[in-house]
Amino acid sequence: MKKIKNREDLERVRKRIVKKSDPNKPCITISSGTCCRAYGCQKVTKAFITEIEKQEIRDKVEVKTTGCLGFCERGPIVVIYPKGIYYQRVTIEDVSEIVTETILNGKIIDRLLYIDPVSGKKFVNGEEISFYKKQMRVLLKNNWLIDPNKIEDYIINGGYTALSNALFKMTPEQIIDTIKRSGLRGRGGAGFPTGVKWENCRRANGDLKFIVCNADEGDPGAYMDRCILEGNPHSIIEGMIIGAYAIGSHEGYIYVRHEYPLAVKNLKIALNQAREYGLLGNNILNSGFDFDIKISIGGGVFVCGESTALIASIEGKIGEPRAKYIHTVEKGLWNKPTNLNNVETWANIPIIINKGSKWFSAIGTEKSKGTKIFSLVGKINNSGLVEVPMGITLKEIVYEIGGGVLNGKKFKAIQTGGPSGGCIPEKLLDLPVDFEKLKETGSMMGSGGMIVIDEETCVVDLAKYFLNFILDESCGKCIPCREGTGRLSEIVERITSGKAKIEDLKLLEELSHVVKDFSLCGLGQTAPNPVLSTINYFRDEWETHIKNKTCPALVCKELIQYYVDNGKCNGCGVCKNLCPQKAILGELKNPHSIVQDRCISCGICHENCKDNAIILSSPRGKN
Amino acid sequence: MGIVTLKVNGIEARVDESWTLLEALRFLGVEIPTLCHHDGLTPYGVCRLCMVEIEEKSGTKLVTSCLYPVKEGIVVKTHTDRVVKGRRMLVELMLARCPNSKTLQDLASKMGIENIRFKMKNEDCILCGLCVRLCKEQMMSGAIGFIGRGEKREVVTPFRTKSEICRNCGACMYVCPVVELPCRGYNPQGELCNSCLRVVPECADEYGQIMCYLESCGSCVKKGEMNELVKT
Ligand SMILES: Cc1cc2nc3c(=O)[nH]c(=O)nc-3n(C[C@H](O)[C@H](O)[C@H](O)COP(=O)(O)O)c2cc1C
Ligand code: FES
Repeated sequence: MKKIKNREDLERVRKRIVKKSDPNKPCITISSGTCCRAYGCQKVTKAFITEIEKQEIRDKVEVKTTGCLGFCERGPIVVIYPKGIYYQRVTIEDVSEIVTETILNGKIIDRLLYIDPVSGKKFVNGEEISFYKKQMRVLLKNNWLIDPNKIEDYIINGGYTALSNALFKMTPEQIIDTIKRSGLRGRGGAGFPTGVKWENCRRANGDLKFIVCNADEGDPGAYMDRCILEGNPHSIIEGMIIGAYAIGSHEGYIYVRHEYPLAVKNLKIALNQAREYGLLGNNILNSGFDFDIKISIGGGVFVCGESTALIASIEGKIGEPRAKYIHTVEKGLWNKPTNLNNVETWANIPIIINKGSKWFSAIGTEKSKGTKIFSLVGKINNSGLVEVPMGITLKEIVYEIGGGVLNGKKFKAIQTGGPSGGCIPEKLLDLPVDFEKLKETGSMMGSGGMIVIDEETCVVDLAKYFLNFILDESCGKCIPCREGTGRLSEIVERITSGKAKIEDLKLLEELSHVVKDFSLCGLGQTAPNPVLSTINYFRDEWETHIKNKTCPALVCKELIQYYVDNGKCNGCGVCKNLCPQKAILGELKNPHSIVQDRCISCGICHENCKDNAIILSSPRGKN
Repeated sequence: MGIVTLKVNGIEARVDESWTLLEALRFLGVEIPTLCHHDGLTPYGVCRLCMVEIEEKSGTKLVTSCLYPVKEGIVVKTHTDRVVKGRRMLVELMLARCPNSKTLQDLASKMGIENIRFKMKNEDCILCGLCVRLCKEQMMSGAIGFIGRGEKREVVTPFRTKSEICRNCGACMYVCPVVELPCRGYNPQGELCNSCLRVVPECADEYGQIMCYLESCGSCVKKGEMNELVKT
């Protein structure tokens, strides 16, 4: 590929690409993020190519692999353009039918359409599906249209216009001013105003400055950054070049965890293509501005997402945080001024430059602007990635986008902010989602995890899960985080096994506050949030665990007991054969019974009994 | 050399602008407990005992005084309820980890901790990192370092074998706050000692004088009974 020489040349190249492509030519796009790969989308893609070869229609139809479309539980998703027909859960068996019926005969295959679980309605066009309809997909829109390995796809959709405008029509100060006015705040969790950070870094002393993209994304269950990295890497690169120009930096890093191999691969390809096109490297678009980006691959440690630990890790040191009394914008990477932003923050930059700060700041609430991507998971009908305007209520997310709680169960709470966040109960569902409002509830935005829990989830068990995650991921440097979370986990363990006294709850709270106040970095300072917020909203449930040794949600293994309902058991013997403990006794065709001493509450009998004759109860000791 | 003015516990004071807050506080004679600090080493900020409260417009915040550079006009409170409660909890946590450290036992008695609410362990290191820093920064050796993350963190020589650069100087032992055993008290080893908080401290019998090893501690006089002891 020839280098793009200047601003006009970029437009010429864009026109040439537009001319070459025919918008009416049928195009089969297959969502190929990591999530869909797990469903076998690569085989589906191969099958499409083979089928098209077989039917000798290579000139008539295009096959394209894109990034993740967000509705991950329905993958692999195949969208057929120009009509935008949306097929979900496509397997290799469906491929030849799609080619023959839909591509050649123009028919829609009913079986592959999405049926709304609530209303029972079928949808042909993806945009119409309730999961997408309420969303505002600004960042994720291009994931539908772009093959991440083709820079041309990004350029045809307006890519690098923002860069060319920034370089040739704006001064660095104007760019910073635009970002400041837009009200964009960091998407990595803390929500620091991005424009202010850039300004501080620009003003910091020193010729050598660094730009870093935080693509560490360690929250369990969160993958919005991965989705952009894999599906639209050029948007991040473009954002970083604009940022570098505004701040006055010539060297950038993308810190990405090695657990994201596809993201690394797509990033590398995208960086190389941008270099070949002259959009990255020396003298970008002949503007005289030099900037290049290196990829730094991390070991996948949660704490390495923290800014100072991340910097240490890039430097090749142990990824441990330090106190931030001297800010990284003054002394960061190799003690030089460093500007660190999250993936999603960077991806917002070209959009703001293109559409203007007014457009951006019109979306959202007073202090939180723009859209935010959340990963909506847990006990919910439609799970996946959702991009919504700030200020949308939790209720809209759960019921309109998410389609309500799975299997018609009762909603209990929504956990936001991952291991640093907290649970928000039903009574607060009308809460508009923004940085401040979430914080007021004792939770936080975090990087955007949202886990819906229903009546069958035990909040104590949930708090225990996150606590143990933190305990595992704490770097161990400071005492409150290392010793404190260890002891918190010990106390919660006592509670879930029925060995706790009521004083333990007081100790739990007291220790939680100390860990929050005295820890060195954000990891420890937020670690007790899941505990404190669940105690705040579900104190009853904690107390019942302690006082009555009962787990109302029937989850905590050491507080529940399985027994056989004699009236229902027909003595089929299935449970007896499956029990790993040989704890079930009984003659064929006669009611069985469970020897409690041997039972480890694994629940296999309960899951496999066709007559629902295995009953769960808490506390232990009855029957 | 610039001077900045700060307010410490209600009293205005002028200190060198290049100091950390801890240096300033110690210079002013405010007693701040520390375990990971040493005047000759780079501050590390992990024991968290040195944390103090700073008042700002938006409310108060806790800062790590051993790392915090003094600033003009800051309002510092060193012994607020929140700070004292937190410090006690931290000592409780550390003592529960390493009950066989005299430094920790003394600190606990000094702070009036009379009950450890956690299950006692028997570790011999609180991971304050003094030895690691001393070995590297003052002995110019770097024979020891940290390995492992979280609860698995420990100080070892590379590959846990005898280090080739270790000169057996013993400096690591010299700075270690845990290496010194506690005095023999009422309670069995591995428990909270508290002897010096009791009416007749065992250590007084042992050393035959009031001023025991607890440097300026004097906790044993706290309840007034010690005076009786002196008379007899
Ligand atoms: C324990 C911990 C983990 C973090 N992990 C991430 C992460 O995975 N990705 C991220 O962008 N920010 C993470 N952060 C936040 C970063 O420290 C930092 O605030 C952020 O990257 C700044 O970018 P922003 O201003 O664009 O949000 C983490 C913070 C803490 C305390
Ligand atoms: S002395 Fe400041 S943290 Fe230990």
